[in-house]
Parts: sequence; C-alpha cells; structure tokens
Amino acid sequence: MRSRLRRLYHRYRFLVLRRVVQVGILFLFFAANAWGWTVLTGDLSSSRLFDRITLADPLAVLQLLLAGGAVAVEVLLGAAIVLVAYALLGRAFCSWVCPVNLITDAAEWTRNRLGFREPPLMYLNRKMRYIVLVMVLVLSFLLALPVFEFVSPISAAARGVAFGMGMGWALLLAIFLFDLFVVRHGYCGHICPLGAFYSLISRFRVVRVRHVKDNCTLCGACFAACPETHVLSLVGKHDGTVNNPECTNCFRCVEVCDDDALFVSLTGGWSE
Amino acid sequence: MGDVNKTRRKMIFRTLQGVTLAAVGGTFWAGFVHENAQAELVLRPPGARPEPDFLATCIRCGLCVEACPYDTLRLGAYGEPVPVGTPYFKPREVPCYLCEDIPCAVACPTDALDLVGLTDEDGELDVSKSRMGVAVVDYNNCIANRGLRCDACVRACPYIDDAIYIDTRRNPRTGKHAMLVPVVDADYCTGCGLCEYACVTEEPAIIVLPRDVALGKAGEHYELPPPKFTPEEPSDEI
Repeated sequence: MRSRLRRLYHRYRFLVLRRVVQVGILFLFFAANAWGWTVLTGDLSSSRLFDRITLADPLAVLQLLLAGGAVAVEVLLGAAIVLVAYALLGRAFCSWVCPVNLITDAAEWTRNRLGFREPPLMYLNRKMRYIVLVMVLVLSFLLALPVFEFVSPISAAARGVAFGMGMGWALLLAIFLFDLFVVRHGYCGHICPLGAFYSLISRFRVVRVRHVKDNCTLCGACFAACPETHVLSLVGKHDGTVNNPECTNCFRCVEVCDDDALFVSLTGGWSE
Repeated sequence: MGDVNKTRRKMIFRTLQGVTLAAVGGTFWAGFVHENAQAELVLRPPGARPEPDFLATCIRCGLCVEACPYDTLRLGAYGEPVPVGTPYFKPREVPCYLCEDIPCAVACPTDALDLVGLTDEDGELDVSKSRMGVAVVDYNNCIANRGLRCDACVRACPYIDDAIYIDTRRNPRTGKHAMLVPVVDADYCTGCGLCEYACVTEEPAIIVLPRDVALGKAGEHYELPPPKFTPEEPSDEI
C-alpha cells in the first residue's frame, strides 16, 4: 500500500502540481472578477499580483509596440519581469500556466485512451511556429493592431474564464479536435507563436531536465510522454541536459522514468 | 550535378510552399482582425484614446472591468460586435456612474485609458472631462417632444443644465401648453449614458453614440465660433 502510494506520487507529482498551478491561476482570475479577490487580477495578457505587481505577456506587449501603441512604462516593466522569469525557467509557461495546455493534454489523453495511431491528416513542420511568430510581428506592424491577441486561444481561454467566453469555446473546441484528429500535438507543438517566442528566449534557461545514460534502459516511456519528443534526442545516447529550448519543462519524462535516468536540474549543479 | 539540381528544386519548392501557406493564412488572419477591429458603435471607458490608438494600446487584460464598482464595463467576447477582448459598456443595461476617482482608468496598465485627458489644471482627476460618447435625442419618439411632462433624462444627468437642458417651447398641437424638450450640448456631454438608462420610452429616445459617429465637423475655415446654447428663460407669456 505504502509503496503503491509512493509510486503514484513519483509518477504524478509534477503533473498534479502543474494542474494545480494551471487551474489555480484560472480560478484566481475568475475569483477576481466574480468576487473581487485581489490576489491575481486581470488575465494572462496583463495582470496584477496583490494589487501591486503588474505582470504582462511580453509577446502581447511586443505586438502593441509594433502596432504603434502608446504603451506605458508600467506594462513594459511587467513584461520584463515575465520575460526574465521564463528566460530562467524555460518554456514553462506552456506546461505550467497556459490554459490551452489543459485542452491539448486532454486531446492527447483521449488519443491514447482511444488508441489512435493513425498518421496525421496533414503534415506540419514543427518549425512552422516560428513562421507564425514572424507573421504575428509583421502583421501587427502592418495592421497597427496586436494581431495574435485577436485570435489567441490562450487569451480567449483565460479571458473567457474570467470575463465570459462568448463564442470563444468554439475556438477551444477546434483546437481540441485539431489535436485529436488532425495533427498530434498540433497546436502547441507546431503552430503556437507564444510557445515559439518562449522557446527563443529560454536558450539560456537555468532549469533543465538532466539525463544519466547509464541508468537508462531504453524503455521509451519518456518519449511516449513527451509533447516535444525531439528534445529528448540525447536519451540513451549520452549524459547531459536537455538543451533544446522547445522543451516545456513539464517534467513528465522525469516522473514516468522508472530507472532514475532523468532528473530536474538547475544547470550544472543541484538535481531533484 | 543532377543531385544538386534536385536538392535545389526541392528547396525552392518547399520555400514556395511555405510562402504560399503564410500568404493564404495571413490573408484570412489579417482579414478577420481587420473586420473585428471595425466595430463602430462601441462605447469605451473614460479616458480611452481615439479608437485606432486604443486598439493598438489596450492589452485586453480586463483590469478596468474589475475596477468598475458598478459592473458597467465588460470585455468583448467572440460573437459580440466589439473588438475581441476590449472593454465597453452598454448604457441601457448599466450606464457609467462617473466615479470621481475614475478607478477603471487608474487601473489601466497600458494607458489605453489615459489619465492625461482626465486631469484638470491642478493635477486632480476630473471625470467630467471624459468623452465616452455623446447623447443623441430621437425627437420623433421623445415623449417630452409630444407635449408630455417628462424630464427623466435631464434629471438623470450629472451635468444637468450644461450637458443637457430643457428647452421650453410652445406646444403647437394645443397652442397653449409648453413642451419641455431636452437638448444635449455635445461640448459638455461625457457620454456616460445615465440619460439613456433613465429614458422611460420602450426603446430609449435618447441614446449615447461614439463621438466620431454622431458629431460632425465644421472645418477650420469657418471662423465663427459655435453658438453657446443657453436655456431660454421661461417668459411670462405662458
């Protein structure tokens, strides 16, 4: 019994923590608008912690700047805080904060439960997200509007939870179905410009997954669990850290590994 | 030699595929964004910059909505005729009560709601400077203009006798009664919508429209100043 609990803990500790953080943030946004809580007000594009510290989505601010908006210093500082945080933490926004991750993980879970192994309906290159990111920046400049904020399912989800969804659920359903039936890990892994943006800035992140080759039994559990499988290219080949910045630091590989071959590490030193 | 050409051909083809996808996708995307940003009949919170500037500065966070103590403000959702994620209000549902401390504009992290235009010479916040829209009267349906005794909109106005006043006119139908007709002075009207909210007719006979929709522009070459409306003193004749 005790060992079973320990095993459950070992296998789901990060997943549960991630869900608590993701849902917790949405709950705080909801509570702010519904009951006036002041822990975390606003939404994912810009928010205030305890009515004091302003945080902002750096990509949203970048779009406003390119669109020629007269953006205030306050929100620039807020974006800088978030930028530095994810530069150190890696692309953790995607797996620890983003509400769309709940949807795409649900699609992946459904896919596995139904045993889908069909080839994708269309081919998408994982580098496509960087083209989408460039398009966000170019179109924001050309239209003088923050173009991703008009279509972002991330904003739609967080804003929808706090302020009312409208027809936004259709966009979220579309992403679920796209991931489920069209391309596996389709949205987050191929299209999302915000994920691409956070990949670009987290090249020098401090938190990384570390691999110990000698412990690896090549069971493949980490590859099955990873939403960005290509970042695990070192597994079974050599010791080292996962250095591809497309890794979202979800640590799912760490918890599904039964052989102590994968760890959470602060670059160079401490490991989980 | 042949291999080199094949690689090059493949590369060119792949590049063209990417460019095509980006062009087609970008066209639809830009089309949607452009269309969505066109909503003309949207009333913004106090201090909002002119619409194109507002749309390029508002980060769509909803902090103004949360700061509003009357739940006046809402964020546009998909399916509403409002640029997505931006704050607006519908006076007939909940008007703006013109808080003196303007919490919505103070809460704005980007200055899309700009306090500069809401500050008087002494550096104090002055909500009467907000220009969210302008009230427009439909005289065909205003019951005061049919000779009934109604001044609901005038009484509701926080700037009564400046932004809206009663113009006393002779009732041509009876020839001996007065009509107390509401007249809006756009120079003072904040567009808060308290009049629209108070209007007693089935559909409001006074509504708030965005200023750039409702107001004309005489042009710089007209040197005559606009007339200063002053309520007519009721004469003893009536």
